[in-house]
Amino acid sequence: MATQLGFLFDQTLCTGCKACQVACKDKNDLPVGVTWRRVAEYSGGTWQQDGDTFVPNVFAYYTSISCNHCENPVCVQVCPTTAMHKDENGIVTVDEDKCVGCRYCEWACPYSAPQFNPATGHMSKCDMCADYRAEGQDPACVAACPSRALAWGPIDELRAEHGTLAGVEPLPDPSITRPNLVITPHRDAQPSGAGTGALANPEEL
Amino acid sequence: MSAPPVPPVTTTVPRRSFLKWSAAAGGGAALVGAGAYFGGLPGVGPASAATAASGLDVDRTVWSSCNVNCGSRCPLRMQVKDGRIVRVLPDDTGDDEIGTQQIRACVRGRSMRHRIYNPDRLKTPMRRRPGTRRGGGEWEEISWEEAYDEIASTIQRLVKDYGNESIYLNYGTGTLGGTITRSWPPSQTPIARLMNCVGGYLNHYGDYSAANIEQAAPYTFGSWIGSNSFDDARNSRLQVLFGNNPLETRMSGGGETFVTQRTRQDNGQRVIVIDPRYTDSAVSLADEWVPIRPGTDAALVAGMAHVMISEDLHDQDFLDTYCVGFDEEHLPEGIPAGSSYRSYILGDGPDGTEKTPAWAARITGIPASTIVRLAREIATSGPVHITQGWGPQRHANGENQARSIFVLAAMTGSIGVPGGGTGEREGSYGLPMANPFATTNPVETAISVFGWTDAIERGPEMTALADGVVGKDRLDVPIKMIWQYAGNALVNQHADINRTVRLLEDDTKCELIVVIDNQMTVSARYADILLPDVSNAEQLDVVQQGSAGNMGYAIVADQVIHPLFDCRTVYEMCSQIAARLGVEKEFTEGRTQEDWVRQVVEDSREAVPGLPSFDELREMGVWKVKGESYIGLKDFRDDPVANPLTTPSGKIEIFSDRLWEMAKTWELPEGDVITALPEYVATWEGAEEARTNAKHPLQCIGHHYKQRTHSSYGNVDWMQEAHPQVVWINTGDAADRGIVNGDLVDVFNDRGRIRLPARVTARIAPGVVSVPQGAWYTPDAQGVDVGGSVNTLTSWHPTAIAKGNAQHTTLVEIVKA
Repeated sequence: MATQLGFLFDQTLCTGCKACQVACKDKNDLPVGVTWRRVAEYSGGTWQQDGDTFVPNVFAYYTSISCNHCENPVCVQVCPTTAMHKDENGIVTVDEDKCVGCRYCEWACPYSAPQFNPATGHMSKCDMCADYRAEGQDPACVAACPSRALAWGPIDELRAEHGTLAGVEPLPDPSITRPNLVITPHRDAQPSGAGTGALANPEEL
Repeated sequence: MSAPPVPPVTTTVPRRSFLKWSAAAGGGAALVGAGAYFGGLPGVGPASAATAASGLDVDRTVWSSCNVNCGSRCPLRMQVKDGRIVRVLPDDTGDDEIGTQQIRACVRGRSMRHRIYNPDRLKTPMRRRPGTRRGGGEWEEISWEEAYDEIASTIQRLVKDYGNESIYLNYGTGTLGGTITRSWPPSQTPIARLMNCVGGYLNHYGDYSAANIEQAAPYTFGSWIGSNSFDDARNSRLQVLFGNNPLETRMSGGGETFVTQRTRQDNGQRVIVIDPRYTDSAVSLADEWVPIRPGTDAALVAGMAHVMISEDLHDQDFLDTYCVGFDEEHLPEGIPAGSSYRSYILGDGPDGTEKTPAWAARITGIPASTIVRLAREIATSGPVHITQGWGPQRHANGENQARSIFVLAAMTGSIGVPGGGTGEREGSYGLPMANPFATTNPVETAISVFGWTDAIERGPEMTALADGVVGKDRLDVPIKMIWQYAGNALVNQHADINRTVRLLEDDTKCELIVVIDNQMTVSARYADILLPDVSNAEQLDVVQQGSAGNMGYAIVADQVIHPLFDCRTVYEMCSQIAARLGVEKEFTEGRTQEDWVRQVVEDSREAVPGLPSFDELREMGVWKVKGESYIGLKDFRDDPVANPLTTPSGKIEIFSDRLWEMAKTWELPEGDVITALPEYVATWEGAEEARTNAKHPLQCIGHHYKQRTHSSYGNVDWMQEAHPQVVWINTGDAADRGIVNGDLVDVFNDRGRIRLPARVTARIAPGVVSVPQGAWYTPDAQGVDVGGSVNTLTSWHPTAIAKGNAQHTTLVEIVKA
């Protein structure tokens, strides 16, 4: 394999606006219900009320998440037809000619990256905009972010500069699939599995 | 009592379902593919396979823009294949530095393709079927010629019978960014140009965004000034945002979202957000969030002023030199002692009440200890970058809310210096673009932007002293015809929609409503004649910049595709109606739309050094220039004698003798007051009434929502999916009512009832709910608005001075549906 690519996500800048999500949907003509990049809001906290006054102890932050092109891609492992595979840059891709739409990968992936497209009867997912990268451009989501919270590149370089954190609520424990993702955490970021807050927008994911 | 903790949506996140789609949304068999969803509209093919065709497999890429009213303005590059827009790309010029930044469009602009090719697109001119109820949804298709003839002959009849003041241009900001196509300000619209050729129309002053602060600012500063631009916060140690939420309102990655975030990254100033909601601006920018009861900012300022005066922390030199009315020594002549702001704060004024932190705490919900700490910090960190959004002023006491924050800026000496601010909304650098297309209205009579429903109902009863009529003591005639171009204020963005609709249904009052739009909006449903406009991708215009810190820019938005269906440009519509009124030559001056656009650029080059020619600009798409940071009132601060304000005193008027006089002469409804000082005023349906109102105990505000700019984009499927309409309710208030996150709930008061899902969250103050404004009013058979428009719940009751909209002053109750 040449170089494993990955995403960098600066959570301190993410406003939950979803320009990344819609730019991806526009580029790939994805209908409602098929959304390769999604944004989760994790929030929680309590209030102290004393008579007429109140004091918050409240936190909230957003996580933009697509396919993490994992080191240990369970979607590839469970695919019965070898349609789901990793290419030379470690990008996990669906071979349309082989996919039979059995949806095992969708069931297996803890990030919900592979998504069934009813228009094609096949699985569909992020390929980190292979066509754009071939032309020397950034993936659509990265180019879209108004806050410049997304970047991409060789995962070794990203980790050397930005650390190795990928286990932030509400994401699953990174030991499961070893995602090629680096997160610069929000000041209130909770560790995966902490359960200190809740996923606020499950209906949007 | 302390509120219970947030009920977790899922107590544990199963490993394999962290982001699992629900069965309904999970790409299952029930899901309809894009091809079917769009019913064969041009431009939307079936969803492509995972490996999308190359981004370069297109015929051409054309510059366009998003022109809606968010305060930002974004260029868009539209890719065309076989005459259809197949992809929308962001700006690819500039960089990530302040002043030269890439103008990355927000989520809304990126969904533009589904707005252009929307099932709600209007396709052909239509007329309300004769004999049917206005708003009844029964239409007949008519030819363009029939439409033009009917509009022109009605204008002629109404001008003859009632005069030009019976014809009104309603507020609309759907194409505010355009120049030839602009829908705001009303005086610069093509409709105004048409009407001015035949004697004019009834004006309005103010706007739904900022009616109350716009009227308030001149009483303090003489005119609208603006606070320091956000990039200037690099000169501050402390930034305070009163209800200012750029990350959800001005969302452009070339505008204030980028500027505020980047400035904070580079400078690291402490940021305090004062807002009933833990906004996304607070999530990303704030070191401290101070939740406050809506409509009580003036009380918070008073409480902080008490601390500053008591501890001698205020800037007495600034107040002595630049202001009028802070203390007895600086009151206008003939004003009795006890009338100063200092007396008001210390209890030496007519009300005899000391505005202590404890007094303010009871009203605002903010503990006295917090008020003391905030006051000390704000007073000793100067200059403080103080701004307010337009939520604080969109209240029944909105003018005083706005003015009080100006006083805080003055007390800290932050006005007119780098790193400071006037307490208004952020200003920004802008290019002085010319507009040779604009003309002047011969009619000078004006009503408040919010007063048009009254003017339909009881026009000749409306007076200067009771209703804020300007230019006349009393209106002569009611409104008999309304133009609604690229706007949704006819119904959706006005208040008390059920009452508004009842008024509009009576077509003996307002006899003709012409709506020009490209979507079947809520307002379009109430048209008599409906004219299908093109989208801005279907025509050429030069586009005005948005608020972007110290950057100036201009966009040429080219014609990307041919007009869809039988849609026509507003310029052509107005030209054709002008021809029937015998003024085509005056209207067009023999020019095409492209001729006018070229003229705008040419004329602008005289005032804007370096602005490229039209042809160069058309090629470039967007032209940027790094300008100066905006420092509000810098000249006045530097030399107040040489550069006096336009107030009667030439100074900042904390006490306004003009308001002092108006308080005596204006005829106000019971309970409404005008005060010479920016006092905290307890109002109808305000924070204090909420706590004694057993029937409707919750304060309801309507924050600006990421799904939409006001109501624009509200019918785009990608946006509804990304940001569904939900009502925010505090965890404790929800628990009291047995409501959990995602429950369908009814929000109601005596004016109306809406039904939508609840977002149960700790991110909103107890006792406060927020229904994101701009959702499309959709009454079901029982009259319940299942679209969830906050204006189904709001009131026509105007503010005291501006006669403006007070939509955040609304009391409601919530129950499970």
